[in-house]
Amino acid sequence: MYDFAYHKPGSVADAVKLLADPDAKAISGGHTLLPALKHRLNKPSALVDLSGIAELRGIKRVGNAIVIGALTRHVEVANSAEVAAAIPALAYMASLIGDVQVRNRGTLGGSVANNDPAADYPAAVLGLGATVHTSSRKIAADDFFQGMFTTAMEAGEILTAVEFPIVDKAGYAKMRNPASRYVMAGVFVSKSGGAVRVAVNGAGPCVFRQAAMEAALAANWSPDAVAGIKQSAADLNSDIHGSAEYRAHLVGVMAKRAVAAAG
Amino acid sequence: MNVVAPFEGIGASLRRKEDFRFLRGRGAYTDDFNRQGQLHAWILRSPHAHARLTSVDTAAAAKMPGVVAVFTGADMAKDNIGGLPCGWQIHNKDGSPMAEPAHPVLAADKVRHVGDPIAVAIAATREQARDAAEAIAVSYDVLPAVANTLDAVKPGAPAVHDGVGGNLCYDWHIGDKAVLDAAFAQAAKIVSLDMVNNRLIPNAMEPRAALGEFDPTTGDYTLHTTSQNPHVIRLLMGANVLHIPESKLRVVAPDVGGGFGSKIYHYAEEAIVTWSAGKLGRPVKWTADRSESFMSDAHGRDHVSNAQLALDANGKILGLKVHTYANMGAYLSTFAPCVPTYLYATLLAGTYTTPVIYCEVKAVFTNTVPVDAYRGAGRPEATFLLERLMDVAAQETGIDRVELRRRNFIQPDQFPYQTPVALQYDSGNYQATLDQALVTADWAGFESRRAEAAKRGKLRGIGISTYLEACGIAPSAVVGSLGARAGLYEVGTIRVHPTGSVTVLTGAHSHGQGHETTFAQLVADKLGVPTAQVDIVHGDTAKVPFGMGTYGSRSLAVGGSAMMKAMDKIIAKGKRIAAHLMEASVDDIEFDRGTFRVAGTDKTKALVDISVAAYVPHNYPIDEIEPGLEETAFYDPKNFTYPGGCHIAEVEICPETGKVSMVNFTAVDDVGRVINPMIVEGQVQGGIAQGIGQALLETCVYDADGQLLSGSMMDYTMPRADDLAPVSVATHTTLCTHNPLGVKGCGEVGAIGSPPAVINAVVDALRDYGVRSLDMPATPAKMWQIINGGRRMAAE
Ligand SMILES: Cc1cc2nc3c(=O)[nH]c(=O)nc-3n(C[C@H](O)[C@H](O)[C@H](O)COP(=O)(O)OP(=O)(O)OC[C@H]3O[C@@H](n4cnc5c(N)ncnc54)[C@H](O)[C@@H]3O)c2cc1C
Repeated sequence: MYDFAYHKPGSVADAVKLLADPDAKAISGGHTLLPALKHRLNKPSALVDLSGIAELRGIKRVGNAIVIGALTRHVEVANSAEVAAAIPALAYMASLIGDVQVRNRGTLGGSVANNDPAADYPAAVLGLGATVHTSSRKIAADDFFQGMFTTAMEAGEILTAVEFPIVDKAGYAKMRNPASRYVMAGVFVSKSGGAVRVAVNGAGPCVFRQAAMEAALAANWSPDAVAGIKQSAADLNSDIHGSAEYRAHLVGVMAKRAVAAAG
Repeated sequence: MNVVAPFEGIGASLRRKEDFRFLRGRGAYTDDFNRQGQLHAWILRSPHAHARLTSVDTAAAAKMPGVVAVFTGADMAKDNIGGLPCGWQIHNKDGSPMAEPAHPVLAADKVRHVGDPIAVAIAATREQARDAAEAIAVSYDVLPAVANTLDAVKPGAPAVHDGVGGNLCYDWHIGDKAVLDAAFAQAAKIVSLDMVNNRLIPNAMEPRAALGEFDPTTGDYTLHTTSQNPHVIRLLMGANVLHIPESKLRVVAPDVGGGFGSKIYHYAEEAIVTWSAGKLGRPVKWTADRSESFMSDAHGRDHVSNAQLALDANGKILGLKVHTYANMGAYLSTFAPCVPTYLYATLLAGTYTTPVIYCEVKAVFTNTVPVDAYRGAGRPEATFLLERLMDVAAQETGIDRVELRRRNFIQPDQFPYQTPVALQYDSGNYQATLDQALVTADWAGFESRRAEAAKRGKLRGIGISTYLEACGIAPSAVVGSLGARAGLYEVGTIRVHPTGSVTVLTGAHSHGQGHETTFAQLVADKLGVPTAQVDIVHGDTAKVPFGMGTYGSRSLAVGGSAMMKAMDKIIAKGKRIAAHLMEASVDDIEFDRGTFRVAGTDKTKALVDISVAAYVPHNYPIDEIEPGLEETAFYDPKNFTYPGGCHIAEVEICPETGKVSMVNFTAVDDVGRVINPMIVEGQVQGGIAQGIGQALLETCVYDADGQLLSGSMMDYTMPRADDLAPVSVATHTTLCTHNPLGVKGCGEVGAIGSPPAVINAVVDALRDYGVRSLDMPATPAKMWQIINGGRRMAAE
């Protein structure tokens, strides 16, 4: 990696000040950023290590929502009794991220802020209709994910927490890329009263909602309801592991499985 | 007196001695060695598959912080540094030698694959060296490139090397075409199949590394390197590249974390650090990062073949005709030319009595990383081709696939068996390994498992491969006549110390095989010395007299035999000393596991009595026998060894996602005498993991411009534990008839026998989909395309 300055602020306010430098970068678990630095794909002037900021940690229930601090590691969400009781699909999703080492280091904030098209968290955030809290505002999931590795956050803005509403039912299913084991195609579904959300990750350049499936499930919440709905392959990813058509097909399969898992 | 518990000898599943240090993180690998004043090298590599270098400007790089030197090919040329040599010469059909273009250490005027070394920056730290390498200004005149084997032989393809017409390295053949044509004319059925043997990237756990040192006082060079054969590296690098006399060059291959063939070859980086250390008078270290390994370690396999099998009306094979294109990559790696010829075409008889075989092989250059031997080397390619062809032949003749194999097996009473492709098998029993595997795998009960899986919505299949391989490479005279520029004997020294402990010096090299245990067991078995008192020394040209190294499952069959021969000399000398001490005739002395006895009496001497007398010769016939108890033997095998066996794979395919899951794997292998069953099981399991990797997961992908798309673990699918199945490994032994241990070798059988078993199982699972040919790997996307092909086309 290239040389950089290292800062470890104790508060969000201090971190925001340090991140005013447009070439500085926040680092949480480092499990996305460090590989990029080692490959010299990134040349930040400074790393602002968020791990010393206590206010970014923790899982708590607030009203009808679970609020998870940005620094919360995947393993903590996977093992949280609170999350398991309120939104079991969220704990399950976290338990499937990467491998043990990755779950022991990677954080919710890093994953959501990074918005890797093949990451797991974005599907849960969008599929549950969560609200992203940042150092300066609250952003609805529908407005947050804007494109490949792109979010509504501005330079220097810090993701502080995500507020997940407690829904009636939710389920997640994914097919892993055989090599990287990131998501090749995944679907996160939820139902809250009459509101149904279907979020698709892995398959496209950015997590997206599947409107036709949402409508079908609103009318009839069952795996069979999505079986007949064809995901268009247009705009989906195509690579050495699978064509856009294959991914489109997998979206249907994973949607069915996610609904079945939600019960 | 040393009393040996019998469980330490041949046949004992002794825990591995070396694991004591490995499991505690105390192994000493090349990168663990650090020297005072050590510098670090970073190699600037080509980002292009094919380009002319119009200028390489190192001025700015040389001024970077910490930089001590920046060298290019021009600097090496000034020192008269030679190119990297090739160790095997193949001749064309017309008798002319293969095309052997120069293989510069650092690119001279052109780069020919992504990763081709251009320059080296040497600095105080690795990061500074890398910074400097990035500051080297290179102007590339990018040329059209060709990566695909068949594209390279098309008219008008870009020329990888000037003067090598049609990118053809050689056009070789074996067998009598006229006899074959006559056999084909008699055939009741001819089965033809096109096959690709996918290109693999080895990925040993330890990346390659090299540390060069120079002592200006003595003029001695030392190279620590991640090698499977340090003496061969000393020979090639000293004599061909750097022109350093062997007496002034020590090569050490310390603990090495896996090789699988990729660490046999002499690589540019070894020469670069050794030469730079001499120029700078300071130690220079280079360690590859994983991305570099992907684009600089020799790759494996990469064949495109057509095979045709002629059968009579009863399913007896009349002849086999094979045409293969083999990708050599951009340059000839050390042993590359022999892999698709003598390690491949000579194996095409397999376990069958095929009377006539004709095979032609065209080796081609492409703008890709050089291809060389990788676990199995040629034999997996031959086995895949033959065992896939047998299944298709069974399908198309309507003869059961097991029955078809039985009908064509070489019978146990036919050994020694001369094949039509040069090899003479000494022993084997293919019926026995087949029968045992069928029982273990419950072949007979498969249909009920298939029906049960179908109820769960899964497609279940079972596949078989009854393979043979040749290893224990190899008789020097034979390989010499086939083009090897070296002999392939092995060396062993047994040093019995005065108080009876033993040091063994072996020319074989252990990089995961457990030699320190298996070899110690040989000494325990033969000399009766406890393994705790036996030390195995390998991997250092300053300690071991000579050695050809470890590859081709040769360490025990050849290296172990050299040790046995040396131990015979120890015993012979010991008998003479014992005869003197016990005042008996030499002819009356018997030896058994550590005890010399006057035949028919209770007069005995222990080995330690003899060794003490040999080194402290107070009462010793010094005029007749030299003191000391150390013997060296060179063992040159009389023949290859021929392990064989039967592998059965069982898979389930999810028709929705196309994912193939291994549900069961059975191996029954004949590896000759088994010294340590636990180590054999581990070797076979590891080989099977690599075979399953090749069949289901791994493939190296270049795009049309020669960019490596599978350039990291993010895109190259290494097998993980959950990709594998429960593996049952058993052995059924027939002894090798021509080496003293009766051993055959177990290092490669797993990777050789398994891929066709897995693919035959996948094809079987897809029996309702009319699949005839299936290239590896059977990825989910590929399976889905087959299963849903019709539906998808209809929808578009
Ligand atoms: C081998 C491996 C396998 C993996 N497999 C998976 C997988 O299957 N599924 C999956 O979803 N992920 C996977 N990951 C990624 C892993 O989950 C990452 O940890 C996660 O995506 C990023 O979290 P992090 O805390 O490590 O972020 P970091 O690497 O620290 O940061 C990532 C990016 O986010 C920014 N950032 C970090 N925190 C904040 C914040 N609070 N506010 C604003 N910006 C911030 C950083 O500046 C950086 O740009 C894998 C990673 C590895 C190494």
